[in-house]
Amino acid sequence: MAEITNSTPLKMVKPKASRDDWTMRAFMVMIGAYLLIALAFPLYTMLSKSFENKDGVFIGIDNYLKYFSTPALFNSIENSVTISIITMVITVTLAFIYAYALTRSCMRFKGFFKIMAMIPILVPSLLPGIGLIYMFGKQGYMKWLLFGESIYGPLGIVIAEVFFTFPHALLIIMTALSISDARLYEAATVLRAPKWKIFWTVTLPSARYGLISAAFVVFTLVITDFGVPKVIGGQYNVLAVDIYKQVIGQQNFSMGAVVSVVLLVPAIFAFFIDRQVQKKQVAQLSARAVPFEPKPNKSFDAIMMSYSSLIVVIIVTILATCQFAALVKFWPYNLTLGLQHYNFDLMDGGGWDAYYNSIKMALWTAAVGTTVVFTGAYMVEKGRGFQQGRTLFQFLAMMPMAVPGMVLGLSYIFFFNNPDNPFNFIYGTMAILVVSTVTHFYTVAHLTAMTALKQMDKEFESVSQSLQQPFYKMFLKVTVPVCSPAILEIAIYLFVNAMTTVSAVVFIYSYHTQLASVAVLNMDDAGDIAPAAAMGMMIFYTNAAARLLHAVVSKYMEKKTQAWRQR
Amino acid sequence: MSANTADTRAETGNGQKPYLTTSNLTKQFGNFTALSDISLEIYEGEFVCFLGPSGCGKTTLLRAIAGLDIQTFGTVTQAGNDVSSLPPSERDFGIVFQSYALFPNLTIHKNIAFGLENRKLPKADINNRVNELLELVGLTSQADKYPAQLSGGQQQRIALARAIATNPGLLLLDEPLSALDAKVRAHLRHEIKELQRTLGVTTVMVTHDQEEALTMADRIVVMNDGVIEQVGTPLEIYRHPASAFVADFIGTMNFVPGQANGGNILKMGNVELKCNPENITEQGNVTVAFRPENLLVQEGGDKLPNAFEAEVKYMEFMGSFFRVDLLSKQTNSEAHIKGDFSINMVRRTGVKEGDTITVSIPQDRLTVFPGVN
Repeated sequence: MAEITNSTPLKMVKPKASRDDWTMRAFMVMIGAYLLIALAFPLYTMLSKSFENKDGVFIGIDNYLKYFSTPALFNSIENSVTISIITMVITVTLAFIYAYALTRSCMRFKGFFKIMAMIPILVPSLLPGIGLIYMFGKQGYMKWLLFGESIYGPLGIVIAEVFFTFPHALLIIMTALSISDARLYEAATVLRAPKWKIFWTVTLPSARYGLISAAFVVFTLVITDFGVPKVIGGQYNVLAVDIYKQVIGQQNFSMGAVVSVVLLVPAIFAFFIDRQVQKKQVAQLSARAVPFEPKPNKSFDAIMMSYSSLIVVIIVTILATCQFAALVKFWPYNLTLGLQHYNFDLMDGGGWDAYYNSIKMALWTAAVGTTVVFTGAYMVEKGRGFQQGRTLFQFLAMMPMAVPGMVLGLSYIFFFNNPDNPFNFIYGTMAILVVSTVTHFYTVAHLTAMTALKQMDKEFESVSQSLQQPFYKMFLKVTVPVCSPAILEIAIYLFVNAMTTVSAVVFIYSYHTQLASVAVLNMDDAGDIAPAAAMGMMIFYTNAAARLLHAVVSKYMEKKTQAWRQR
Repeated sequence: MSANTADTRAETGNGQKPYLTTSNLTKQFGNFTALSDISLEIYEGEFVCFLGPSGCGKTTLLRAIAGLDIQTFGTVTQAGNDVSSLPPSERDFGIVFQSYALFPNLTIHKNIAFGLENRKLPKADINNRVNELLELVGLTSQADKYPAQLSGGQQQRIALARAIATNPGLLLLDEPLSALDAKVRAHLRHEIKELQRTLGVTTVMVTHDQEEALTMADRIVVMNDGVIEQVGTPLEIYRHPASAFVADFIGTMNFVPGQANGGNILKMGNVELKCNPENITEQGNVTVAFRPENLLVQEGGDKLPNAFEAEVKYMEFMGSFFRVDLLSKQTNSEAHIKGDFSINMVRRTGVKEGDTITVSIPQDRLTVFPGVN
């Protein structure tokens, strides 16, 4: 006789997904699939190409053996790491003092100094290189300052990279400094700690995560940058330029893939360390912290003001030099002004069409990118269940940050140029440029969206569901309007970067889709440096105008919505 | 439903079918068990409070009932239907959160109308319903303002109006008053209870504030560490706490070690206390519990039963009464005993710090818990 002693084992409740849950998951899977196709698959193709010979036959690690037995190639690793570390130290130091001036002094015109420091973000990294050539090159007007040293090489690369990375470091360090807790300073002052001691025991420790994070961001930017060393590197080889030389110069795609993999290593390394640090930075924030208010100090404020002015003068000088060189007839012999260098149609590089293409591409990138990124972020942040899918999506969204533009571009050749690929049809079109650019800048945009979404009450969705309203109503009527500042921020970020990027597009533009930033590169390559400077400045003015428009629109929206925005 | 709180349980318990039940509800987060085997019945029109310290699982239970965080094991039925695995949108409830979760960019009117849209209702009907609700919560003049322009208490009422707009069968309130200051809280307590009575909607409220639970609930579910400690009317819970935890968590309670040796006599040190035998469930070492307000002071006249001597160590002025710290050598332990003395009594007897007085505990006010706390 059977006897049942145990009650039936407990059955786990399997939550039933609503129609909204399914729709949201479908959106997330779609955008996740986009990231797979635009990022993971191409990278995989590139990785496998690095193990093949020119004819596509698998040859194991032969390419790598060849790479590491060719000094002309593997020396670049040391070069790249060296200039990245030197730039990192200089930029972080300069940016820290500048950020200190902006957050801890009472100097005047802080708004002005903040804006001026952001200028380098608006230009392609090729441009500071060109500016330095006019200032310190063979016919440079400040050449005497170098005492016979050549600007072509590590010296020029480092100066231009410092210019290029300065605002990125500044933004991070400024955030770190502005979250410092005033109560710590009060406590230290009450304990009669001298100023220098407060600096070492309070200021630096509380900004340390920001400093480390800034250091890694600068390191990654420099080691993956292609524009600066291309223009001013001379014979000094670095990894990013090596990829370009292998692919464009020697048509050696396999070796290009090998160099790409080599370049991926430090970039991924820096990326992971930065992510770890970012996590800690968040944990450091305390809700009870009291913001620090600097007190006026005449001599200190004056020193800070002089320092900031000096930085601004350097930034402006580099740009003004480019503009001036673009306008004079024949540097340095005939300095009469004229617009002949703006006749882009007479030069290599695509002419004015390239400029218009760039604007078109940037607008598409901003529109498509903002929609895709924000929708994806919403689905992953506010969706219910499907935990593994969401974790995978988060990972895919973070990956682009670790992938240098050159590597992504090269992967696209391998992946999309394959006639067997069903997506082959986008090769050579504007679409692939937009896809590449959106993907390349996906992570920062995604993080901006996530930050904005996390600030929204997490119960909004619960309320909406309890009222049996579809999620898209909530999304369109509440989430999007409330997050509109972040959405605009993402759009302008994508636009500006689409205008300036070279690395993500240099391998995949076609004759019909030439771009302004690439035109700068090609004109510089052809020796038409003045027109290159002119085109570079056109990119600057366009981005400055876009930024201005963004500021006006933001102001207007702020005014319109101030009735409900709590400040 | 009945307004008389004390009767509700008896009335609803008689054959009436429960509106909402949870059976063997367990919720696990990884290795952590937030809720363990919760079975509960809630009747139609009842106002039930989940009360407990933070982290006791009360909000987890509410969210399981709502389908916002579905339980790992067990079932939830509502109005006779098994809703255990359904998403929130397929259940029937309105909810108010501590943060109110009002949509900041929509006017008050549009916030309340949010749930009424997409239901094939004519626009005029929606407007009428919104106006009706605004009137109900007394905020008709605020219809075109945004949430940020309203006070906390007003936002609270709007959130309530939005939650009941669609006439849900169940109203869930998740610490709805915690973000408000004391005066507004007391006022809204009354208002919400009043509204709930008028509408007759079955309501579950989560709170960590015992006063809120005692004043508003028909029945209180006291929770601790993911389990239910006691379910009962406010009076039952206050007068007859089922466990030392409940006794300690609700109101103030004295706990003194003692011995039960059969019969109706409890020993507390050298003091012998007469006690209702049905209250002594345990023999041997026990904990004797009584509330400070039940401590009587001998003021001449007849000798009180269950009396012993104690020294007044400290008198804390609490406004409407004194909380007195007493030390009794007779109870042998060095246990401090708290007593609440009315202002009148103190004036009458002139008792002051350092005096030795005779106090007594009425036998029906003694509770005994097993073991020594």
